[in-house]
Amino acid sequence: MSAPAIPRAVRERTLLRSLSLVIVGGLLIALITGALSSYRNLQLAYGGYYFAALAGLTVLAGLSGQISLGHGALMAVGAYTSGLLIGNEGWALVPALVAAAGVSAIIGIPLGLAASRLRGPYLAGATLAFAVGLPALADKFPSTFGGENGLTINPSMPPSWLGSNFALERWEAWIACACALIVLFVLYNLVHSGVGRSLRAVRDDEIAASLCGLHVGRNQTVAFVVSAACAGLGGGVFTVVNQLAAPGSFQVQLSLYLLAGVVIGGLGSLVGAIWGAALLVFLPNWTTDLANSFSLSTNVSHNLPLAIYGVVLIAAMLLWPSGIQGGFRSLGSWLWHRRGRRSRSPGAPADRPSAAS
Amino acid sequence: MESRELPGAAHRLSVEDVTVSFGGIRALDRVSVEVSTGEVLGVIGPNGAGKTTLFNVICGFVAPDAGTLSWRGKTLHRIRPHRLSSLGIARTLQGVGLFGRMTVLENVMVGAQHFRRAGIASAMVALPRSDKDERDLRDRALATLAELDCAGIADRLPGTLPFAVQKRVALARALVAEPELLLLDEPAGGLGADELTELRGVIERIGREIAVMVVEHHMDLVMSVCDRVVVLDFGRVIAAGDPAAIKSDPRVLEAYLGREAEGPEALTAAEAGNAGRP
Repeated sequence: MSAPAIPRAVRERTLLRSLSLVIVGGLLIALITGALSSYRNLQLAYGGYYFAALAGLTVLAGLSGQISLGHGALMAVGAYTSGLLIGNEGWALVPALVAAAGVSAIIGIPLGLAASRLRGPYLAGATLAFAVGLPALADKFPSTFGGENGLTINPSMPPSWLGSNFALERWEAWIACACALIVLFVLYNLVHSGVGRSLRAVRDDEIAASLCGLHVGRNQTVAFVVSAACAGLGGGVFTVVNQLAAPGSFQVQLSLYLLAGVVIGGLGSLVGAIWGAALLVFLPNWTTDLANSFSLSTNVSHNLPLAIYGVVLIAAMLLWPSGIQGGFRSLGSWLWHRRGRRSRSPGAPADRPSAAS
Repeated sequence: MESRELPGAAHRLSVEDVTVSFGGIRALDRVSVEVSTGEVLGVIGPNGAGKTTLFNVICGFVAPDAGTLSWRGKTLHRIRPHRLSSLGIARTLQGVGLFGRMTVLENVMVGAQHFRRAGIASAMVALPRSDKDERDLRDRALATLAELDCAGIADRLPGTLPFAVQKRVALARALVAEPELLLLDEPAGGLGADELTELRGVIERIGREIAVMVVEHHMDLVMSVCDRVVVLDFGRVIAAGDPAAIKSDPRVLEAYLGREAEGPEALTAAEAGNAGRP
């Protein structure tokens, strides 16, 4: 918002900005996790992998204008990849997570190619079919994917140099947040580069974009693949944190939750993805508490989270169409204008609001 | 990519015997047109004559059923829209076609994007070359905006600007690619008298340096800025020549009025009626 206040040297160096984001974020997490209980650290870890998937999805939806209902399934691809590699093949954590992102990206290529030929509801439908169909594969090949019970792996213990009484949950929060920060770094750079601008151009007007030399389908496919890799990384971390990759975790609802989280957080906003992740972590707890306090039957209470998501989504669309982050942004610019109006003489020309996001 | 031109190939773009049919309708029927550097070619004709289809063929949005296109003396086999800007061809659209959620500066930077050198990998990790590209594109965009007196609105969103200014931004977005051929699709549409005078000056200035093709209904503009005019009617070229000759060509008057008429005044009157149609 206050672009003129940022020195030119910083404004023009994307790396400087994204690296400082990552360093500040990393230090904050290192400090905070020390003070949190095991349970809260575990919740932070959940938030970390949700963020990775949400950030990828929000860039896809906000920048490239594509809606995917298949990101839950792409998380499953990453989750099973890291589960198989760590559990069966004995891979180390980092290469397994890289592979989780890579395999999801590869699965994302045909999906992205299909997505670049589909628009709006048809794209949503195609990706939804993927989300519905994929978890069934675990049942189809029980010897590989463990069927209904899924794959279990041993917890990744904290390295010895962190000391013997370093909590496992804190270490898991570190892993998840490190991956979230990597996703943030890459997507922040991408959004602020010419690639991000090309994606927005394709989103706004495909014909004009192609006359400017942009290959519409290629841009949309690239966006989908990057987004799929983020979801895959999130899924890979899911397995590490929960020590389990099972079809029950990746039902269609997950894809719907992810999309709801992105929309409620603020479509296209990386900060909005943080709000979305918080929502995904806390809302199930709240709804469970709510169901218990009213002592509802299990039939009702099991479906309550989804119903509440629906209600929140509709309410957000009506009241805050640009999501939580959009709401904060308009609040910020309202305050900025109020302050500006007070400090400026009445006849002075009004400052242009910076429209760039 | 720059190939040596064949001797005698003075034309930047030649369209030869291009035919396009949509179902049973011949949108273009063996149309031949050429345009050279330093020339402004006007393409006129009644609504539905095939003017925009001709542009769409040149841009690769419509594949011709027959005929060839050559560019700088080389035959273009399959034109794909996204390859045009690196070939040196730019086009403005009939509507403004600006990217609505991007600032004017960003819009024009997209137009310059074929100058970008860094790929997606360097963008992901924000290598300095990616930032350098951005600075380069921004400088080019700001320079082009300044040439068209739009430097002051670089941070505005297109929707907040008057239509005439949006059209100028769209022109800047086409020009920033440094094309050798500029296709203007109804540049005068929706402009007032003062804006028309400005537009005339801009087209004349551009037309001295590169090849320009203008599809336009506004007859005064066509007659004053074009070096040559081609008249299309029902997909056929019915006349071609300098503006003065076109003005008094009986076939042209017939195409516009549907009957015999006399004098250039009749043409202007017919155009006034034509421009009012959607």
